[in-house]
Amino acid sequence: MSTVAATVAAPKGVKLPIYMDNHATTPLDPRVLEAMMPYFTTVFGNAASRNHSFGWEAEQAVENAREQVAKLIGASAKEIIFTSGATESNNLAIKGIAEMYRERGNHIITQVTEHKATLDTCKKLEKQGYRVTYLPVKADGLIDIEDLKRAIDDKTILVSIMYANNEIGVIQPIEEIGKLCHEKGVLFHSDGVQAVGKIPVNVIKDNIDVLSLSGHKIYGPKGVGALYVRRRNPRVQISEQINGGGHERGMRSGTLNVPGIVGLGKACEIAGQEMEEESKRLTSLRDHLKQKLESALDYVHVNGNMEHHLPGNLNMSFVYVEGESLLMGINEIAVSSGSACTSATLEPSYVLKALGLGDDVAHSSIRFGLGRFNTIEEVDYVADKLIDVVQKLRELSPLYEMVKEGIDLSKIEWAAH
Amino acid sequence: MAYSDKVVDHYNNPRNVGTLDKSSEDVGTGLVGAPECGDVMRLQIKVNPETQVIEDAKFKTFGCGSAIASSSLATEWVKGKTIDEALAISNTDIVKELALPPVKIHCSVLAEDVIRAAIGDWKKKNGVETEAAAPAAAAH
Repeated sequence: MSTVAATVAAPKGVKLPIYMDNHATTPLDPRVLEAMMPYFTTVFGNAASRNHSFGWEAEQAVENAREQVAKLIGASAKEIIFTSGATESNNLAIKGIAEMYRERGNHIITQVTEHKATLDTCKKLEKQGYRVTYLPVKADGLIDIEDLKRAIDDKTILVSIMYANNEIGVIQPIEEIGKLCHEKGVLFHSDGVQAVGKIPVNVIKDNIDVLSLSGHKIYGPKGVGALYVRRRNPRVQISEQINGGGHERGMRSGTLNVPGIVGLGKACEIAGQEMEEESKRLTSLRDHLKQKLESALDYVHVNGNMEHHLPGNLNMSFVYVEGESLLMGINEIAVSSGSACTSATLEPSYVLKALGLGDDVAHSSIRFGLGRFNTIEEVDYVADKLIDVVQKLRELSPLYEMVKEGIDLSKIEWAAH
Repeated sequence: MAYSDKVVDHYNNPRNVGTLDKSSEDVGTGLVGAPECGDVMRLQIKVNPETQVIEDAKFKTFGCGSAIASSSLATEWVKGKTIDEALAISNTDIVKELALPPVKIHCSVLAEDVIRAAIGDWKKKNGVETEAAAPAAAAH
């Protein structure tokens, strides 16, 4: 009998396990760690201490980081608010704007494939009397700008559309969305977590009023993020969500996480310097992986628009193979699956379902997230291993056998359970 | 999620994978689950008409590791049993043997269902009196 696991050996130079889940988090770049180190021990001051050198040095480091973050997104330093991460940034942006502009209107527009940090925040606001429109996406994962146009009414105060999607990697038409929002006098927030540092993001060119970003998605530390809040044309006001001390110009109280902020700044600086080269390299690795899988396997399905796409992302469904069993066969490769069995809720990915994919195709999906430290040797190994496991699991799959015999699976009355 | 050693063993070395001739008189076929739910099991049994002993069993499963292990184990357990003995196999036996966690209990239920469905199909084909066998999915 065939053995599912462990018949493709790792070649020399490939160390297991392989991390290829860089949308979830990224390892800290050693250069970032180096920049952070002094701020844990010797330069430990509170950036809010105004009367001694410990405080001044910490403040200096924070302001330097603020410049670094601002530079990466085309903003000015005064427009950057440090937070604990992008979930907080999204909460602060959406709740803060909703509260501040309540007099003007109560309508918010977002889309169905947003991260839960946005969706759950919007759901909470709905309970407080706000009206939220969740725009659908097309089969390629992009929103239809006409849908957005139609959704904006005289009560709309905010549009929140993510820059790039964390599961399928598609890049929304941000510049166009921002332009429309500005024409209509509506604020535009974008969750830029997956895009910032990976592709060029410029808040002026993109017409973004408020932008969330995170440290640990760009080879910086966890527990730190930022929110860009536009100061001119228009000047955006945000109602603070955390009180106590008036840090960050009153928008986010709490002692600043100096080492984290230094790390975020350094990560932004490196991303700015290396983005062009890195995105080329990751795009070619990604295309190599895709091409290899597509040429070896039938019934593979690429999810999401590949033209407007993050360099390191590939989301593929290996139809007639269930995602969790696939992950089990490649247990020394860290990737994610849209399968229900891998989630706490036992529901398949809502992002893939929003594309109109059947649950069966969603169950079969794998998200590859290539990053700065992945190599071509790793990509080759991952492809070979995956091909081997998919083929073996298809030998085990009654669905694959039936399809090969020409049976239309949609015509079968499956006994639900 | 951590899998028990037995689940891993069945996943890595699934027993009795394959297909029997579904048109044959002495073969019963059960197909349960649904692709949308993320698991489909097919079990086929070859029954000796004289003794009603299950002489061969083959399975194919689309599903998670626990679903594959449950159906693989089911083929091992039904082989050599009479159909009445096989009908006595319950999902709790499977849960126990494979140390399935609570979220995977449905895999064992499916395995019990597929045994009943395969036996039900064989009984129907052979005009044997049936008492409350699970309905086989309308496969063909």
